Amino acid sequence: MDINSTKAVVSDTLAHVAEKAQDTGWIMHHILDGKELEFPPFGVIHLPEFHLFGIDISITRHVVFMWLAVIILVLVLSRVARAYKTSMVPKGVNNVMEVLILFVRDEIARPTIGKGYEKFVPYLLTAFFFILTCNFLGLLPYGSTATSNIAVTASLATISFIVIQGGGMMKNGAFGYFKGLLPHGLPFWLVPIMLVVEILGLFTKPFALAIRLFANMTAGHIVILALLGLIFILQTYFVAPVSIAFALFIYLLEILVALIQAYIFTMLSSLFIGMAVHQEH
Amino acid sequence: MDFAYLAAGFGAALTVIGGAFGIGKLASSAMDASGRQPEAAGDIRTSMIIAAALIEGISLFALVICILLALK
Repeated sequence: MDINSTKAVVSDTLAHVAEKAQDTGWIMHHILDGKELEFPPFGVIHLPEFHLFGIDISITRHVVFMWLAVIILVLVLSRVARAYKTSMVPKGVNNVMEVLILFVRDEIARPTIGKGYEKFVPYLLTAFFFILTCNFLGLLPYGSTATSNIAVTASLATISFIVIQGGGMMKNGAFGYFKGLLPHGLPFWLVPIMLVVEILGLFTKPFALAIRLFANMTAGHIVILALLGLIFILQTYFVAPVSIAFALFIYLLEILVALIQAYIFTMLSSLFIGMAVHQEH
Repeated sequence: MDFAYLAAGFGAALTVIGGAFGIGKLASSAMDASGRQPEAAGDIRTSMIIAAALIEGISLFALVICILLALK
């Protein structure tokens, strides 16, 4: 082929790619919340819609998957709890649960909170298992990650915030807690500025928890969808092996990220609880 | 003249540079420390993963802003 027809072929492909790449709406469609449960190619289940005082509280995909996570956790963990009534030694699946529970208690709660850590272990276990189950449910076929919704992660972070402040204020008293925020031996003219900075810091830390979990979960899904979507954008079968290999690698990485993010959320919550309860710098 | 996509691309690129540089430095000190004292390798690995997740959290802040830019 001469140079002109080659240039024509290349520019045609580029134009075609540029035109096809504009409709990325399908990526957002798979990531964002929706009012229907979709099982392509079998069918679609329409979920009920509720409006209360003008606020939309209809049941969406993420709500359904959160409830599914709750049902799974209640069934599994109540079985585990009942098994401890008969003997202290677990059998079977309870072994795995014991490993996870002891991990949260001994590696996360006890080193960071120190004395009086037992009161906070139930909350930390709940957060850990709930985030882990939600993350894993999103990786299954037809699954949807509830924690990839900023509202869900913001609610989890708000609950962490309440536990942190509540724990700190119950231990140190409401006024003593704010006094303990300031470092020791501070000149009096620095107190207003330091108080504002420390109170702002109280709010930014749970905010970072929410954003970190949300962004990690969403980013992984976007990368997988973009890699698999390359096949449809370039409209050729030769890209498929490469695309699927990369997508598989990112999928395995995402399983790791799901575990790590649940651990990090619980660890940082526990760290902040420890810093609020034992305020000696 | 729509510069939003260009800005999103530049933002994501700079964020990746910063994040990769930080995590690379972290991993290199973790390797050095594990080499010096192999018994502490488990503790060092745990701390390394925690620090890596925190650094990645920061780069994902910037990613969220880039996505917002690209979607407008």
